[in-house]
Amino acid sequence: MSQEPYVRTEMLEEQPAPLGQTGISKWMRENLFSSVSNSIISGLAILVVVFMLYEFLPWMLQPSWGAENLRQCYDDPNINGACWGIIRDRFNQLMFGFYPHAEQWRPLLAFALMLVAIAPVLFDKLPRKMMWFSAVYPFLGVWLLWGGSIWGPLMVLAGFVIGYVVNKVLANVAGNLIALIVAVLATLLWWLYGVGYVSEMLTGAMPVGIAEVDSDNFGGLMLSITIGVSGIALSLPLGIILALGRQSDMFIIKVLSVGFIEFIRGVPLITLLFVASVLLGFFLPPDVTFDLILRVIIMVTIFASAYMAEVIRGGLAALPTGQYEAADALGLDYWQSMRLIIMPQALKISIPGIVGTFIGLFKDTTLVSIIGLLDPVGLIVSIQGTADWNGVVWELFTFIALMFWVFTFSMSRYSMYLENKLKTTH
Amino acid sequence: MAMADQPAGKSFRLSMLLYDTRYRSMTIQIIMLAAFIAGVAWLLDNMYANLAAANKNPDFTFLSAPAGYDINQRLVEYTSQSTNARAWLVGLLNTLLVAFLGCIIATVIGISVGVLRLSKNWIVARLMTVYIEIFRNVPVLLWIAFLNAILSETLPQPKDFKGEDAEATMSLWNTVIISNRGVFIPEPVFLSGSAIMLYVFIASIVAIFAFGRWASKDQETTGRILPTFWIKLAILIVPTLIVYFVMGQPVDWILPAFEGRGAFDANGEPYTKGIFRIDADSGINIRRSLIALCLALSLYTAAFIAEAVRAGIMAINKGQSEAAGALGLRQNRVMSLVVLPQALRVIIPPLISQYLNLTKNSSLAIAVGYMDVTGTLGGITLNQTGRALECILLLMITYLTISLSISMVMNIYNNSVKLKER
Repeated sequence: MSQEPYVRTEMLEEQPAPLGQTGISKWMRENLFSSVSNSIISGLAILVVVFMLYEFLPWMLQPSWGAENLRQCYDDPNINGACWGIIRDRFNQLMFGFYPHAEQWRPLLAFALMLVAIAPVLFDKLPRKMMWFSAVYPFLGVWLLWGGSIWGPLMVLAGFVIGYVVNKVLANVAGNLIALIVAVLATLLWWLYGVGYVSEMLTGAMPVGIAEVDSDNFGGLMLSITIGVSGIALSLPLGIILALGRQSDMFIIKVLSVGFIEFIRGVPLITLLFVASVLLGFFLPPDVTFDLILRVIIMVTIFASAYMAEVIRGGLAALPTGQYEAADALGLDYWQSMRLIIMPQALKISIPGIVGTFIGLFKDTTLVSIIGLLDPVGLIVSIQGTADWNGVVWELFTFIALMFWVFTFSMSRYSMYLENKLKTTH
Repeated sequence: MAMADQPAGKSFRLSMLLYDTRYRSMTIQIIMLAAFIAGVAWLLDNMYANLAAANKNPDFTFLSAPAGYDINQRLVEYTSQSTNARAWLVGLLNTLLVAFLGCIIATVIGISVGVLRLSKNWIVARLMTVYIEIFRNVPVLLWIAFLNAILSETLPQPKDFKGEDAEATMSLWNTVIISNRGVFIPEPVFLSGSAIMLYVFIASIVAIFAFGRWASKDQETTGRILPTFWIKLAILIVPTLIVYFVMGQPVDWILPAFEGRGAFDANGEPYTKGIFRIDADSGINIRRSLIALCLALSLYTAAFIAEAVRAGIMAINKGQSEAAGALGLRQNRVMSLVVLPQALRVIIPPLISQYLNLTKNSSLAIAVGYMDVTGTLGGITLNQTGRALECILLLMITYLTISLSISMVMNIYNNSVKLKER
């Protein structure tokens, strides 16, 4: 028994969507008031938000920008909340610490140049030639910040050129490995014995330089960024080496790496900073002294590199064994396979962790206030102690928190952007 | 690793140490070990030279000398005449206390926030995101100092409680003082007969476990689902409470008091009779530094735990919850019976590292004057004795031991819930 199938010959006319199924009312019904319990929770949440805004907005929006001290804010009948004058009054100190006023263009320039230097690392659409500037920047930045003769940083930089030349020349004569070893030795010898002498001589002959600024004058956000950026830049390569060491087949190298990583991860950063401030001198030859900021940078780097190593090890472990085997099958040696096959993939996998470690490192720079450096947190106590701003709490803390928040939040957003960009799966 | 077959019988040459893969790793390792030993030896040599120059040889006898300073927050007996080693112990217990409390609070907040962040309710999810982004992007040291300052600013001062028309009053029916010096709570005094209460309490904890096993066995055989939570809660509380009244209320409470003045009833008469009494310096003081530290550490760590929880739940295949729904399980049972047990495997490793971070971050107690082990051994003892090397060494060993023990315990737990693969 067959039946004539029903076939529609003309289209139905388009109907408007039922009321409450479009626009804001639909969105609200689905996302806020889908059930009774949901409605109650939404109501409570809205109450919380309204309460917060009610409490904080009037407090924040006060015409107190011009106040010279806390007393003025109390006395002014128009001001009934935050006393923002402190930010205006102490902005310079919170940014630069006690860096001399006349020289403050230098950290600013260094910061601007730093953005230029890291741009090609962050965004691969920029011309690759900018990398040359990134390579030179560390020396330029150090010179701008601390000042002094230009020959010191230049001669340290020359060490790399010397190493490169020695390596090139010897590679043809004595083989790659020996050339590399000799080049490294030559560079180290140059840094240990040549730099000081030669740069002093050049300074005597041709004094080119800017005013020296002592480390004691460093402070504020500038100090945090100096320590944070140096730590970040140094801890990544160190972390990669440690991670490779931990994955190595060689027993002794593995044991040394594991011991180092676990020891550093087992102790709080503050103990390492104590080491930097009171103990490091014990382990150096009696006449050698280091700058405190440099010691702190070393310790922060060591600390972050252990965490970095663990993050990268996770990336290495997540790679399928087939990748290692394929690299071997292609006849690549260890360093080639690591550089060309393994590391690019492992680093890509570990981007969230790496950026997380960077953020942690940047936040941890506040700990230097405990050993007496005047980063923004360290400045709080000294600002609260002044007669003008005695007892100020909320404005100062909020502003400093906001400063850090802007940096760390943009870092985490960048990591998300990078993850998305490098994602090869669908 | 490529293991090229060498032609047999080829004699050994020195260059093979570098170019032959059979020997090269040996060579590298020996060079590395030599370099490491040389480096350590150099550092130690410098250290002995410096110490000899300063006439301070490594010496741990200062540990048995009197410490000579007071510690206001202590869990065990301690006076300024106690030894430095005792101060170390007091500090260690304070560290463990704040770490323990912090971990519990952080876990509770973190799991709730992590689950709520995945809520379908838009505004709740947004609020949780805001909380996470605010707390984890600001340094924990700043949070500790900020919370300490906020508590000190907003809570009433002790003097506000004094006088006829005091500005501040005690909370919870005059049993708790919340001031900017800390929270003062009643202190129990155990009279004779309270031991029996303790025994009953222990017995009821045992009973809870026995009941739990019986209930799940019962469910497996008959399919009956009992309201286990409420029954367990009743077992926990009711017997002890009954014994408390049967024994004639054998626990007294010392109410908190400020400098001689303490709790007053509605008529202005001090509580002196019955189960409540006051002493001159009484009550348990939970100091502001401890509260600020604990709160800051747990709010900060909770933001990270919430992210870990969210990642763990999102890592579970959607098919799992759909399958559970198809079996007829309700929404909350899908979560508790199907999704969370699987998510737990993903969550636990990052949770361990967050606990470790919290414990290590507790060393920032020094910023608010809470006397943890960094404050006693690495702070005052170090400054008073000048034994920087010994103190910092002991401090590092202490933290290493704590860290390794935590990760060991948590790893055992992790292994017990791990997916067993054949």
